[in-house]
Amino acid sequence: MRTINQFVRVKTLEEAYQLNQKRANVVLGGFMWLKLGNRAIQTAIDLSGLGLDGIAETAEAFQIGSMCTLRELEKHEGLNACFQGAIRTAVSHIVGVQFRNGATVGGSVFGRYGFSDVLTCLLALDCEVELYTRGLVPLREFVQMKPDNDILVRLRINKDGRRIAYQSQRQAKTDFPVIAVAVARKDDRLFVSVGARPMKAALIEKTVCFSGLQPAEAEIEKLANWAKQQFGYGSNMRASGAYRQHLAGVYIRRGIQEVFTNER
Amino acid sequence: MNVDLWINDEKITKEIDGDAMLLDFLRDHGCLSVKRGCETSNCGLCTVIMDDKPVLSCSTLVARAAGKHIYTLEGLQAEAQAFGECLADQGAEQCGFCNPGLVLTVLAMVRELKHPSDAQINDYLSGNLCRCSGYMGQLRGIRDYLQKKGGEKK
Repeated sequence: MRTINQFVRVKTLEEAYQLNQKRANVVLGGFMWLKLGNRAIQTAIDLSGLGLDGIAETAEAFQIGSMCTLRELEKHEGLNACFQGAIRTAVSHIVGVQFRNGATVGGSVFGRYGFSDVLTCLLALDCEVELYTRGLVPLREFVQMKPDNDILVRLRINKDGRRIAYQSQRQAKTDFPVIAVAVARKDDRLFVSVGARPMKAALIEKTVCFSGLQPAEAEIEKLANWAKQQFGYGSNMRASGAYRQHLAGVYIRRGIQEVFTNER
Repeated sequence: MNVDLWINDEKITKEIDGDAMLLDFLRDHGCLSVKRGCETSNCGLCTVIMDDKPVLSCSTLVARAAGKHIYTLEGLQAEAQAFGECLADQGAEQCGFCNPGLVLTVLAMVRELKHPSDAQINDYLSGNLCRCSGYMGQLRGIRDYLQKKGGEKK
């Protein structure tokens, strides 16, 4: 059973950062996942007084505060219009509305969880994380970094005209995903992110060239087969590694089909 | 630490532990409709409405509810009764254990969505598990309630 000795709603990021240097202290996201652990927390650091909820949209980017909830992501019209509803699709199967009103974007991303739909989806976009001391770091680098004592302030998703398709498979509608796949395209660049392998999401990038204006089915099949082999897969109680790899191939193929052929 | 919050419009000021959960706090204050069904943030039974949004009280720290307005079934009796009658008319429930969470989520949905489709209703309620009814009766009851509510407005 987890315990919290002291709860501190910080007034500044500096205060949060200083508190977070102690190993027994921890920054709370939505507390949805952290709650399930059994760790003894000395000081729970609460960022909810810093105005880091909400999403700000400019001509170039979306700025998403780390305390923004998954439900806010799901409901934000600008974000979903810009990315073909992929972010809504990614979060809409996460437990239920009540859960998504609690779970935060910062918690999902900072935790770099193996099951994360959010991380898988954002990784295929031009996304950066803003850390208190390091400043802006591309998400694809952040995902590889070991969790440290910095503070995740906000995310920035650049509007670079990327088209994206997000798909996941679950054994029950609101369960963790068995596999999660985001495929994005910017001009002739292909981005494939696969999560729930069951390891945390990873990203590959490739410049693609098709024989005609539209890719032939055989070309898509070949590309998807190549892409699925770029990731490692593991087994757990939900699925075997071999099954996950098979599923990844199917969803990558469908994703490529979607982003390269269904121009809107 | 000291917190101020409102439970069903009544202001409460109390000294709490940093890890006190809203669910236990509400039960300690007489809201026995709020129940712990799963303890893994999955079943929706502990749903309450906090500042107009449905949240899981089993996963919400009381410290985070400071300054907020919480409503439970005890504080929404008129609406709950109107909806409960629609559920009963459809024979939608068997054991009734999941009912408080379902009712609160439906009342929150009615505030958030205008004229939801069946798909939207199902999506909104996917975090509320019922282990005996199979959901169809509940859906009929919800449609019935929405229709009656819509009718009342005109």
